[in-house]
Amino acid sequence: MTALNRIPIAERDVQEEKLPLLQVRGLRTCFESHYGSVTAVNELDLTVYPGEVLALVGESGCGKSVTAMSLMRLVEAPGRIESGQISFDGRDLLTLSTQEMTELRGAEIAMIFQQPKGSLNPVKRIGSQIAEQFERRRGMPHAKAWKLAVGLLERVGIPGAAEKAKAYPHQLSGGQAQRVMTAIALALEPRLLIADEPTTALDVTVQAQILRLLTERCRSHQTALILVTHDLGVVAQVADRVAVMYAGRIVEEAPVETLFANPSHPYTRGLLNAIPRGNHYSESRLEEIPGTVPVLGRNPEGCGFADRCQASYAGRLNQCSTQTPPTTRIAQGHTTRCWIYHSGDAQ
Amino acid sequence: MNTAPLLNAEGIKAHFPVKAGPLSPLKGVVRAVDGVDLSLYRGETLGLVGESGCGKSTLGRALLGLIPITGGRVQLEGTSVLDQPPAKLKAMRREMQLIFQDPFAALDPRQTVGNAVRVALDINNIGKRSERQQIVEDIFAEVGLRPEHTHRFPHEFSGGQRQRVVIARALVLRPRFVVCDEPVSALDVSVQAQILNLLKRLQQDHQLTYLFVSHNLGVIEYMADRVAVMYYGKIVEIAERTELFRQPRHPYTRALMAAVPAPDPTARADELPMLGEPPDPMFLPDGCRFRNRCPMAIERCALEEPALIAVSSTHQSACWRNNTLI
Repeated sequence: MTALNRIPIAERDVQEEKLPLLQVRGLRTCFESHYGSVTAVNELDLTVYPGEVLALVGESGCGKSVTAMSLMRLVEAPGRIESGQISFDGRDLLTLSTQEMTELRGAEIAMIFQQPKGSLNPVKRIGSQIAEQFERRRGMPHAKAWKLAVGLLERVGIPGAAEKAKAYPHQLSGGQAQRVMTAIALALEPRLLIADEPTTALDVTVQAQILRLLTERCRSHQTALILVTHDLGVVAQVADRVAVMYAGRIVEEAPVETLFANPSHPYTRGLLNAIPRGNHYSESRLEEIPGTVPVLGRNPEGCGFADRCQASYAGRLNQCSTQTPPTTRIAQGHTTRCWIYHSGDAQ
Repeated sequence: MNTAPLLNAEGIKAHFPVKAGPLSPLKGVVRAVDGVDLSLYRGETLGLVGESGCGKSTLGRALLGLIPITGGRVQLEGTSVLDQPPAKLKAMRREMQLIFQDPFAALDPRQTVGNAVRVALDINNIGKRSERQQIVEDIFAEVGLRPEHTHRFPHEFSGGQRQRVVIARALVLRPRFVVCDEPVSALDVSVQAQILNLLKRLQQDHQLTYLFVSHNLGVIEYMADRVAVMYYGKIVEIAERTELFRQPRHPYTRALMAAVPAPDPTARADELPMLGEPPDPMFLPDGCRFRNRCPMAIERCALEEPALIAVSSTHQSACWRNNTLI
């Protein structure tokens, strides 16, 4: 089995006919601040199928983590989900009671966080933190739950799992701690896994191992994975589909090959050109995107990327700064949110 | 490139004793930098790459004389950096500056950024008092900031702009040697490119010599003329940039390169290298320190530590299997 095998494109088309596991429509999450309400996630549509890896890409502050927290209904005051639908396996998560949502978290949808050490309980043995899942949710006796925990630690690649289960988080390396987090997330065999920058704090050699662990799980158990990341290298290596976020909105969505070969949104294009890689040499300059990532909520009307965009030159595009472009479908499974692609005859 | 190096370091060691508490017995010694020889030539960029904790930042600071070293010597144009009287050292420090990783931590939140830069002029008594504001505004213009920015506080800037301030502060004394310690790792990709291009332009304008420390191989490949790969205190491979990326020789360099996810979905890695966990820096293996993670290790690797051996005129690698691994 190859390490990071994807679903072949042909099979992916078949998959479109599968029922989506998660379907998000018009999600809007706002935060109250001194300056008024700030919209962190806006008009967000997202569909995830069983067994696929969807990468949610964007720079800091674009709303990708808030999206992930919204899906888990973990947004806390002063933030709140204003509107939208999060349909998971036919049920709208936004209409569930707190009790029902608590039961769903961990069992059906689980999350892996960026800082594994900060997310583990520092005064509890890691074995107990995993076993706890079985004890609380499945009413299992401690001894049996502990055995399952050791088994899980083995499966996520912790050497000497039986001994290591007795360790405390501070005795682990960053990579091991992330494996433990993954073991906790996988314990109850959730159908959807949300990983928020799971490898950002890790070295590349360890990152490769964690990514492999996650993607193998998707393939073997048909677990769907939403991978939140800012690293386009990681995206290229593990994602099936990619959604690019900018200033709270998804600006482009496409199968991973399409996105890299044929990016349509000026932001996506800029981002891909700004990655330093082998074929640049000292003589040529790296392409820059002028300006900086916008502060959310500054410009509710218009395209969030308008003032940095090098394509918004033409007079006919003066609506860029006044009207938010709609999502336009430009090919099978490929949508973009840019006025350039929106003409009268397009959809 | 001149033939005489601007900066020459020989046998640099920075060992740190580890104790559980102030009165506890010694638990061990972390050999963060463990015998490094380096030469930097005028106007070049030497990239220094390695995993976190491998000692690359410590080495950068050791070259600047910012941390006490436990062995070796550093010379800037033939003058020793480390054993100078304070006044001489202060003058030499003007020639050698550091650009920090985290622009959020590197600036005092209660001081205007103009002031943060001008302090360097005050301390070194450069220019008349009345001229200093102008010098600061000039360097601000050079790094792409406006004169009115000098009156603002760090929180009024984005990460990229703050890094421009940090660069202005390092360059206002017109140094010749600059250690750039992960200068873009805290920045977003779209802003990272701006800072890398700025650093390149400034280097050309002022004939700067950079030691460019980064864990990001893509950034290193874009910036460096030569690249040194560090593994737990030692340089394990050093070569001219193109040569290193085309023909890495050391198994560690190869694993590192293979582990970097290429931003190209058509080039997906079939097999990722399985290196295992990084070692505890207090308990490195005898012999070659990479051997317990190395897929190519042989018996000799446990017995003797390999030294850097030339594999071409511009390429050295420290591996017992240099000749068999091509």
